[in-house]
Amino acid sequence: MPMTTSPLLEANGLVKTYGAVRALRNASLSLLPGEVHALMGANGAGKSTMVKILTGALRPTTGRIAIRGVEQKVRSPADARRAGLVSVYQEPSLIPDLDVLSNLRLTRTPVDAFRHWVHELGVPDLDLGEMARDVPLAILRVLDLARALAIEPDVLLLDEMTAALPANLAEKVLEVVRRQTQTGRSVIFISHRFLEISALCDRATILRDGETVGVVDIGPDVEDRIVELMLGERILRKHGAAVAAEARPHAQGKTRLSVKNLRVGTKLNDVSFDLHDGEVVGVVALEGQGQDELFAALAGSIRPSAGVIEVEGEAVKFGKPRDAIDRGIAYVPGDRSDALLMHRSVRENIALPFSTGVRRWGPINMSNERTTVLRAIERLQIDTRAQGEVRRLSGGNQQKVTIARWIAADAKTILCFDPTRGIDVRTKTQIYALVRELAAQGKSVLYYTSELEEIQLVCDRAVAIFGGRVVDVLPVEIADELALTRAAYGLPRDAAAADLGILADPTRPGAAP
Amino acid sequence: MSEIADTSPQPHLGRRLRRLMADQPIIPLMVLLILLCAVLQLLSPGIINPLWVANTIKFAIPLALLAGAQTLTMLTGGLDLSVGTVGTMAAFIMATQIGHHDPATTLALSLLPAVLIGLANGVGVGIFRVHPLIMTLGTGLVGSGILQVYQRTVIASGSEIPPFIVWLGTGLTYGVPNALLLFVPIAALIIFVLRRTGFGRQVYAIGDNEKASRLSGSTYWQVILALYVASSLLAAIAGLLYVGVIRTPSLTLLEPLVLPSVAATIIGGTSIFGGRGSYATAILGALILRVLTTLLTVLQMPEGLRQGLFGLVILLVTAIYLRIIEDS
Ligand SMILES: Nc1ncnc2c1ncn2[C@@H]1O[C@H](COP(=O)(O)OP(=O)(O)OP(=O)(O)O)[C@@H](O)[C@H]1O
Ligand SMILES: [Mg+2]
Repeated sequence: MPMTTSPLLEANGLVKTYGAVRALRNASLSLLPGEVHALMGANGAGKSTMVKILTGALRPTTGRIAIRGVEQKVRSPADARRAGLVSVYQEPSLIPDLDVLSNLRLTRTPVDAFRHWVHELGVPDLDLGEMARDVPLAILRVLDLARALAIEPDVLLLDEMTAALPANLAEKVLEVVRRQTQTGRSVIFISHRFLEISALCDRATILRDGETVGVVDIGPDVEDRIVELMLGERILRKHGAAVAAEARPHAQGKTRLSVKNLRVGTKLNDVSFDLHDGEVVGVVALEGQGQDELFAALAGSIRPSAGVIEVEGEAVKFGKPRDAIDRGIAYVPGDRSDALLMHRSVRENIALPFSTGVRRWGPINMSNERTTVLRAIERLQIDTRAQGEVRRLSGGNQQKVTIARWIAADAKTILCFDPTRGIDVRTKTQIYALVRELAAQGKSVLYYTSELEEIQLVCDRAVAIFGGRVVDVLPVEIADELALTRAAYGLPRDAAAADLGILADPTRPGAAP
Repeated sequence: MSEIADTSPQPHLGRRLRRLMADQPIIPLMVLLILLCAVLQLLSPGIINPLWVANTIKFAIPLALLAGAQTLTMLTGGLDLSVGTVGTMAAFIMATQIGHHDPATTLALSLLPAVLIGLANGVGVGIFRVHPLIMTLGTGLVGSGILQVYQRTVIASGSEIPPFIVWLGTGLTYGVPNALLLFVPIAALIIFVLRRTGFGRQVYAIGDNEKASRLSGSTYWQVILALYVASSLLAAIAGLLYVGVIRTPSLTLLEPLVLPSVAATIIGGTSIFGGRGSYATAILGALILRVLTTLLTVLQMPEGLRQGLFGLVILLVTAIYLRIIEDS
């Protein structure tokens, strides 16, 4: 650890309690100038709480913060901004009912600088007059980042900035963040993707149950050490290749869902594929290639403009999500804010589908419901210390609630849109196991993921979508990250490997083996 | 790295109290109610006796029923301003028709406009997405217009309030208001429906996040339609009870209770944006408003000042509430 420079930001003994819940027990962090510092920990470890305290969005119960060696109280985000600290929080922060420009004015963000950064981050054609609510989640996150960058902070805090981003955008973010540090600025970076951590960060502070349990330098093979610190135990992480090698039974079931020449406006063109009983089909695509529309059409929330959807051989037309649900199709949205009742309990959120439809308006069998819900909670290890209202859960635990809902509802076909977004390593492995188990029970899963390594861990086949068309269908054996990245960019399978950026470069130390 | 002494945190009493209030809003409302009674007792010693309590409850019940209508609709982010007209219509039709028909037919006749207006509100809000404020204000106005026309046609035949209604509205049995016979089951039903049925879950879900409720299979208009019909029926029942208390049917019988019913609901902690709130606390809100009215009367304030103070209290309670809820 370089001891010559004095820390830019230092926090010690941070404690934050909510009633009986201790979000932080004894957290500390020391940030050097010019470094990218990872803040790591399992879901609910207290990362977001720490970021909010450092930037004045929350007051610590006790604890000290020193900026450039001077102890000070950060009372509000505006305070923090004056001291050079700016954060991108875990949830999108633009006000949905205002257009982007008004949002910028509201936060006194320099518009030209903002535009510059939006461009740098790989979004060339942004309309500032668009309502924030109409901007897709991934782009919203990029806008949040651009807004923070436009303020030119000395310390940038990024809370799961990349979780909703597909590879091409994530790539840009990493590049831009890396460049920040060349001018002596520092970044605190939160992510559950080890690939990003090893590609970007210099050091990592690890939190466990609200306590700082270690600080490590990032280098080759540090991953296992971090996981051990995070979880307080050793777990075996399986890697894509290993799982792919375990040959999956290729017993093809009957066709559950069949999509023929599906078209949605200009976003989705002539898409056809089948999903069989007991099969997990992966979908890979860069941002905005039509995957959102595909899932929305299958879930009944938008109507396709042409083409046929067949469920068990029968052509169907979905006018509303209810119709799809009646056909046994459950949709786990990628955007938590589309799925959760933030002010209701974990239990009510999970049990929500049980009471929809006039036929289920009657009294609820409370003990049945409790058993079902508890089973789902246990299955996904949801941290229920703050279960009274879902908004009090950590981001990852909220994500687990959205998945738990459809596990509990026992749907035959499950459409998962980036289900492991923001979920920690251990739970991820459990979710993979869960998806495989569902498939073994004969259920069918369509699985979009922005983390390409997941394809080999959970899927039987991968469908690559580019520009609204299916450009390739890869058997899982060859669907490694490189092949998937190429497919997602619409490149043919066997052309010479092009430079696809730092994430896809397997020679980089620490990148996926 | 760590020279941190054991900072085992004991949160401030104040903060713990706030948390308790946020989780159990019924407690601070009870405290407020008791406080108001204490002030009343101080200002005018001896005023609080069993008869006063029975009377307060008696007057609070129609208000609480209307607050039920507001709670139901407000939980989905709506409001029902037609309750005044609906209740008045029910009472007026009952009083003018009881001389011509048997009680069952009369009851059906007086509930009919309630059902129709409720359906209209439900269709407007649920299917055509008219803002509830506009929709219910509109149907309320239309209803009161029709009521005036109706009044001209029956003006000759006169009206009467059946003794049973008076008994139910004002009677006491062993010092307990008879109206409770009707109110307690209704209140229990509303609370049960909201907390323990699929329908109740849908109501909260729609109020909290309509898109999420839709994606998980709920059908907005069905829930809304049922809610507005229920709301109207509650208003009609309130009207029938209230005419038993007042004993003269007028064309604006229930009008003075409409805005207080909204206030009672808000004081009861139901969010006007929907998704949060309960009926039990709205009942307490109605009681608080009744006691407050008595208090202001006892103070012998001029009417204007009284209304001003009334409004101020509502603002204050709501502001405190918001603070408590926001902070946790
Ligand atoms: N308002 C609140 N009331 C009660 N508990 C809360 C509240 N806000 C956060 N918590 C709790 O604090 C703990 C830490 O949450 P935090 O959001 O910091 O986790 P995190 O490390 O960011 O997790 P994730 O990786 O899932 O985002 C969680 O157990 C959460 O339930
Ligand atoms: Mg978090």
